[in-house]
Amino acid sequence: MTGAGLDVRAQVRVGTFDLDAAIAVEPGELLVLVGPNGAGKSTLLRAVMGLRAVDGGRITLAGETLDDPEADVFVPARRRAIGAVFQDRLLFEHLDVVENVAFGLRSRGTPRRAAREIAMQWLERFGLTALARSRPAQLSGGESQRVALARALAVEPRLLVLDEPFVGLDATTRVDVRRELRHHLAGVAAPRVLVTHDPIEALGLADRIVVLESGRVTQTGTPAEVAARPRSAYVADLLGVNLLHGTLRAATLELDGGHPVAVVNDDAITGPATAIITPRAVTVHTVRPQGSARNAWATTIADLDDQGERVRVRVGAPVPLSIDITPSARAELGLVPGAPVWISFKATDVAIAAE
Amino acid sequence: MSRRRGGAGERTPAAVAVVALVALTIFFVLPLAGLLWRAPWSKFGSVLGDEQSRQALRLSLVCSLSATGLSLLFGFPIAWLLARTDFRGRSVVRALAVLPLVLPPVVGGVALFYAFGRRGLIGQWLEQAFGWELPFTVWAAILAETFVAMPFFVITVEGALRGVDTRFEDAAASLGAGRFTVMRRITLPAIGPSILAGLALTWARALGEFGATITFAGNFQGRTQTLPLAIYLAFESNQPAGIVLSLVLVAVSVVVLAVVGSRVFAMRDRVVTT
Repeated sequence: MTGAGLDVRAQVRVGTFDLDAAIAVEPGELLVLVGPNGAGKSTLLRAVMGLRAVDGGRITLAGETLDDPEADVFVPARRRAIGAVFQDRLLFEHLDVVENVAFGLRSRGTPRRAAREIAMQWLERFGLTALARSRPAQLSGGESQRVALARALAVEPRLLVLDEPFVGLDATTRVDVRRELRHHLAGVAAPRVLVTHDPIEALGLADRIVVLESGRVTQTGTPAEVAARPRSAYVADLLGVNLLHGTLRAATLELDGGHPVAVVNDDAITGPATAIITPRAVTVHTVRPQGSARNAWATTIADLDDQGERVRVRVGAPVPLSIDITPSARAELGLVPGAPVWISFKATDVAIAAE
Repeated sequence: MSRRRGGAGERTPAAVAVVALVALTIFFVLPLAGLLWRAPWSKFGSVLGDEQSRQALRLSLVCSLSATGLSLLFGFPIAWLLARTDFRGRSVVRALAVLPLVLPPVVGGVALFYAFGRRGLIGQWLEQAFGWELPFTVWAAILAETFVAMPFFVITVEGALRGVDTRFEDAAASLGAGRFTVMRRITLPAIGPSILAGLALTWARALGEFGATITFAGNFQGRTQTLPLAIYLAFESNQPAGIVLSLVLVAVSVVVLAVVGSRVFAMRDRVVTT
């Protein structure tokens, strides 16, 4: 297959670890790669970027074969035209911001002045003009993230790779960076691959999610599919969450079914949005709860799934939700399918992401 | 800005300070004081004006700087091979590369003699083919100093290359930089301070080189008689020139090492902390 996007089938052996994974990303598509540490995500990215040759398989991008051991083809990293935002940003400390962004252009032969001019245009687009002469050490986490993205995009890459762009940022910065990244990524036509451990990011940004575990792809699907039917304990923990779509107005998310959900809308988002509620944030009651939780309504239990350490409860109308409780709580409350219950969760436990 | 020497508010333990002071006195202050004590101050002018001294000084500078240049030229590839490639027998190569550090310089001189001397392994061939005679020429003095001093450069730069975070080089490559560009714009700036430190150490070692030089290059005034050789000769014959030239050597070395050293360590601290 030689589509316009990225097509990877990579077999790589590193010591005793063995990666054998296939992923495909269409132009304009954003693929989120999730997986536990040591699952092979970095190895897969390194193979795609040309920092490591595959032992078997084939990598094609925009119709060009980048790596194919059988055909004896290997295009080195410097000729792959893949933009990358690395974990820890990896900005060049001894160069100022504009030289960092101009680095790729200059490496590809653009004369110094022209490269700096183009870099300045990118800085303007990212609101970094005032920091052009700063050194990376003087930047905040959010600023260096923007510089890293500008540096990657300045070479007009055929593929954009983002390796855990949120690692090392504090919680407040994360929210800002996430919003900026969403904004800037929306304008990128190239296929994009994002590696993350952040469920809100994975579910909020992805067109498609690929789960990599122990060097194998264990699940692929849209965020809704993966969240609804996680196939492993890892995915269930990370992404097995409740996704509610609706329209945000101030502190209320009007669900598509009409039901209101109270949220904390710090970013003052208005319009279509997704709310993410983890199953363990929801409480089950046998009587109407009297507490601080802003969200509480009556419903019925659809089914109960005993998973050993926890029981996953599913409730039906008005808003289907997955809820995790302990086996002892289930026994104490005498929960059975069909039983009428109340559920509650706090507005502060709802993460929201604009669509 | 993280790593600072000695934590904030941390006090130097008294015992450490005392031992350090005693050591400084025994090994540095007293010997220097001895030189100054015996220095024939009135004869400074005449000794420094003397043709033999000036030739020795000039020759020392030429030879030590040449040896430093050769160490940079040949030492960098060795350091790069040792730091960045994995090959069988690398530990043997490293041992060979730093052997002159532990070898008595006289032994080095003898070894050089039997390699490049008139009847040496390569020397006899060089003489037959090109008529080149290396021993007892200024080239021999440069070769001897390079032999002894280059390991300082190799180990300093190898350590620095190992300390470079190769992910930055990967990042540069992914942005389209070829190997040469990566080396020039990423790797060299990262290890620049260490290269300077290595050069300073190498130059200082070459400047003081005695044993290998006198064995392989001989002691010919104006040709191979560097400062240390001239000092030794003067000291043997109890001439005041020995002390004067010693002080000159000490002064030059201290000044250069202080200037280069402080700048290098300041740069290094900056690189480490950013």
